Amino acid sequence: MMQCPKCHAPMNTYNRNGVQIEQCSGCRGIFLDYGELESLTRLESQWAQQAPPAPPQAYPAAPPAAHAPAWGAPQHHGGHYGHHRQKGFGRMLFSS
Amino acid sequence: MTTTHTSVVHDLGALAHRLAHPAGPPCVCEPPRILADRPDGTVVRSGAVVAKAHAADTDREALAARIALAAAPGLAGILLPPLTAPEHVERADRDGRPATPHLGVAAPYGSTTAPDAGVATSGGSPAASDAGLVAPRVGVAAPAGSPGAPGGRPVSLWPLGTPVDPTDPGAAPWAEAAELLARLHRTAPPFPLPPMRGPAKAARAVARMSAARPGDPALLPVLAGWRTLPAWARDEAAPPALRSGFLCHGDLHLGQLVRHPVPDGPWLLIDVDDAGVGDPAWDLARPAAWYAAGLLAPEDWSVFLHAYRSAGGPAVPADGDPWPVLDVPARALTVQTAAVALAKCAAEQRDPDAHEQLMIESCARIATLPPELTPGPAS
Repeated sequence: MMQCPKCHAPMNTYNRNGVQIEQCSGCRGIFLDYGELESLTRLESQWAQQAPPAPPQAYPAAPPAAHAPAWGAPQHHGGHYGHHRQKGFGRMLFSS
Repeated sequence: MTTTHTSVVHDLGALAHRLAHPAGPPCVCEPPRILADRPDGTVVRSGAVVAKAHAADTDREALAARIALAAAPGLAGILLPPLTAPEHVERADRDGRPATPHLGVAAPYGSTTAPDAGVATSGGSPAASDAGLVAPRVGVAAPAGSPGAPGGRPVSLWPLGTPVDPTDPGAAPWAEAAELLARLHRTAPPFPLPPMRGPAKAARAVARMSAARPGDPALLPVLAGWRTLPAWARDEAAPPALRSGFLCHGDLHLGQLVRHPVPDGPWLLIDVDDAGVGDPAWDLARPAAWYAAGLLAPEDWSVFLHAYRSAGGPAVPADGDPWPVLDVPARALTVQTAAVALAKCAAEQRDPDAHEQLMIESCARIATLPPELTPGPAS
């Protein structure tokens, strides 16, 4: 089984319209073999000719200044902590 | 509180006192004090000695290896070593002082340099002296794996340390904790050790939550977050081999650090119950989860991460984005923390507090991650 080059979790293989896609079971990243992106693009353009285009998906805003995960609290994107420090220093930081 | 349980506390206190109290002078010791009291760890202090009763379902051989790790010379200055038995305790045992029958397994305070020399078991085996182990009457030492008294809990003895002050956030030893972890992770396992129990604890927390609140919709975001995790992080498969051979603490939080010797010796890691070999990112993942949830200030997280990298910690790349390797363990710790919180809330018949709520909200965001592709029909 392939291992994700980014997070090293195992990757699972899926078949989409005859194209083999590897997806990481951890970070959900996707690996395509040589030529597979072109295959998908070709399939997409064939599909686009048959159906009206879907509205474009909004992409996430620019990455935050500090590294944080995609699922991080919104405060990471420009919030300030100051008073949070005392607030956050609860018993949770001392227990399993 | 059951009678048996009260007796465990009493026995631990008596045991700690027996070591703490110098032979000879009349006793003017303060009464033993309970430091922690949970099913997975009852900790009682007398003077400079701390006695811990481990969980009743502890894998005793694994615990012996973990305590031997804490005693190993290579871990000096990183892990708090267990106590070795002083002369008068050995005498006490041979003199047949009153038994402490609620603790089935005796302390691993022999010369615990080998993994099989750690936890002693009750049963009166003559192997006690042969093994070089001594124990008070909580059970005569015997090789690990011998049957203990029914319901008995393994016991270990430790020197007293000064814990982190929960009222002083500015003094929290984030950098010291990170450096200790980096040194731990860089140390080659001195002998075979069981796996680090991080994923097992996460799975246990989710099971505990589900049992405490069956069918409760409040569990849905936490369970949804849990389902995003790969099998290894749910303790359902071996971790990726590349990352699985490191010495890990397995349960890092601020309650796992003490200064020793008291009052202001260097910081050391304590509580090896979950230690073993595994993915070292797991040890960074709880602070990472707190940071991601908005519970830990970015500056504290930054100090922690920077100190870990400066000390050559192998869990994350030396620079750049650490999240590709932290992501899975941090998601697991987020789910674990939320699950424990919801289980506690059920037991205490209350709603989650503000901090617990942050972790539950984190789970909800985790659950919105793009799903894993489902096997579709080949075309």
